[in-house]
Amino acid sequence: MGTTNNSISATAIRVEHVTRHYQMGATVVRAANDVNMRIRTGEFVALLGSSGSGKSTLLNLMAGLDRPTSGAIFAHDRNLAEMNSQELAQHRSHTIGIVFQAFNLLPRMTLEENVELPLRLAEVNRAERTARVREAVERVRLGTRLTHRPTELSGGEQQRAALARALVNRPTILLADEPTGNLDSATGDEIMLLLKEINENLGMTIVMVTHERPRAERFAHRMIVMKDGKVVSDEPKQS
Amino acid sequence: MKARDLAELAGRNLREALLRNSLTTLGIGVGVASLVAMLSLGVGLQNLAQDRLARTGLFDAVFVTPKSAFAEMGQVSRAARDQIVTPLDEDARKRLAQLPNVVAVYPDIRFPTEIHYDGKPYATVVTGVAPYSRNDGTFDGMHGNFFSGADANEAILQIDLAKQLSDQPDSLIGKDVILRYAERRPLPASETSQSPNTGKPQTANGNPSPSNSEGEDSQDQGFSIVTKELTLRVVGIIETEPAGGFGAFGRGGLLIPLQAAETLRAAQSNDLRDLLRGTARRNTYESLTVRVNDPQRVKDVEDAVKKLDFGAFSLIDASRSLSLVFAVFDLFLGIFGSLALVVASLGIINTLVMAILERRREIGILKALGAGDRDVRRLFFVEAGAMGLLGGILGVAIGWLIGHAINFGTNVYLRGRQLPSISVTAVPWWMVALAIIFSILVSLAAGIYPAARAARLDPVEALRYE
Repeated sequence: MGTTNNSISATAIRVEHVTRHYQMGATVVRAANDVNMRIRTGEFVALLGSSGSGKSTLLNLMAGLDRPTSGAIFAHDRNLAEMNSQELAQHRSHTIGIVFQAFNLLPRMTLEENVELPLRLAEVNRAERTARVREAVERVRLGTRLTHRPTELSGGEQQRAALARALVNRPTILLADEPTGNLDSATGDEIMLLLKEINENLGMTIVMVTHERPRAERFAHRMIVMKDGKVVSDEPKQS
Repeated sequence: MKARDLAELAGRNLREALLRNSLTTLGIGVGVASLVAMLSLGVGLQNLAQDRLARTGLFDAVFVTPKSAFAEMGQVSRAARDQIVTPLDEDARKRLAQLPNVVAVYPDIRFPTEIHYDGKPYATVVTGVAPYSRNDGTFDGMHGNFFSGADANEAILQIDLAKQLSDQPDSLIGKDVILRYAERRPLPASETSQSPNTGKPQTANGNPSPSNSEGEDSQDQGFSIVTKELTLRVVGIIETEPAGGFGAFGRGGLLIPLQAAETLRAAQSNDLRDLLRGTARRNTYESLTVRVNDPQRVKDVEDAVKKLDFGAFSLIDASRSLSLVFAVFDLFLGIFGSLALVVASLGIINTLVMAILERRREIGILKALGAGDRDVRRLFFVEAGAMGLLGGILGVAIGWLIGHAINFGTNVYLRGRQLPSISVTAVPWWMVALAIIFSILVSLAAGIYPAARAARLDPVEALRYE
């Protein structure tokens, strides 16, 4: 499932002159404004910035949930801006795993069913699903909670379940939008440790949106700071 | 997404808003029930009419005559009359019976007669009844039994005659009546007749003899009439007028087995004509009724009979007109019945649009996890189709029950008027399949707009939705 930290070289995501403008009435909101960046395979990157800085917009563009107004975003050298909606869906299914601040588990499904959902969408054989769900759930240490519904899980457990769901299709890039935003400090640290473990053990590229600089400094390899839709700093972690 | 997963997810979604989806499904069910009830009434009435008409023997039969029979209605020359080359005799009857789709060929035997019961004479007409009639519904509801055998000396009385014989018609069953009739008996060979036109002796085939010498080849052309009596046991009494085919209306009050009637050799209306024509010895039939296995095949059989050089007549055109009338009737019933289903389809649109609003975030999550627009569209289509399927099945069941209720009510009314029970509705299998398929198609059509709207949802907007 990818390479380790020692082999960071190939480009996982390349963002070239990307702008994303929204029309809100008579006003044009420039959520992303001529953004350029290159994220290497296996990197753990933190996108920092205050609310409205454009970091979540950029994450959605990388995920293929949104399209840039101009510019190009390459994921493993494939330009997302040129993909049709079905190809973008394939990109989200096979290349990307996404974790949200609000967990976004489906409340009427059990943990197992929630984690299995991406496999259903990817048309993975029924026989293989069980093993892959078990593997993902074990990785986030929720093996005993398979039959529980989200409402029966704590916040940390829900985020771990969401993480298992993001991992189950074995993506190469994990995008996390404020994954600790709804958690207390200790639980947030647990999630961050899990992300670090996934990055190190699986070699998975991680792009995490956060406004918590201390956490970013502690776990990420690199911090990109955005402000008013632009990258204002791009610095590697101080060793 | 694979079909099975799609179905599972759709089922889960439908169970989620159980009350609303159940009510929507019930709405579709009522719509389908309305359609099924209307159509079942149309089909039932059509079946009833066709059944009743079939019992008249007019719509599944071809009536065969010698070819010139109809031409003889006008003035015809001797030469034309001599062109009757194919007699309607026993050999012709066998050939007709061998035609495809023919189930029976029998003559129309009727003759006026007199019966004696309790020492009193009663004038009536005797009719030979083909064994085929036993199962065609003509004798449904009769008192007593059908004939025990094809040549049994038994009789079934029509109720009007039975009432003349006794104040208590049912008491006649098991009693004997004496049938007095005129038997046609051929003259001995020595009693040579003269040609009706020329006074010359004729051969057995009715043509003038090549010889003028009297007594030569002196096959007789005449017959004598002898009064005969036969005792018949009354086995049943029938209340309806048994119809036997074209030209058989107003038939007799005394019914006997056809085979028994044939062995009586009773004088009939065509005997005098045969005598004059010189075909009296040939035992020809005035007409034969060819019973066809399916009214749709009557035209084929009629054409085949004509190819055998006989005259043929059927009421197939009248039957087709009847089918046309009922087709239009069914069409309008179907349209009116479908209106309720159209209204129900609005319920589907409403339910699915509501589902989009409620599941907006869920749609966003599905898209974030890799669902394409097509997956979302198909999911809503499957939900609409499932409601259509369940509503269709429910509707067919309700429609079937309504049909039975209509039948029940109709028969209660008819019994109150001392009329026999009938079935005015029918739900054939094709209607069940058609109603369910139609329900699914209408539901899918209703799902087009909600499915397209759900598929178009912007995942980023949908994920922001609370």
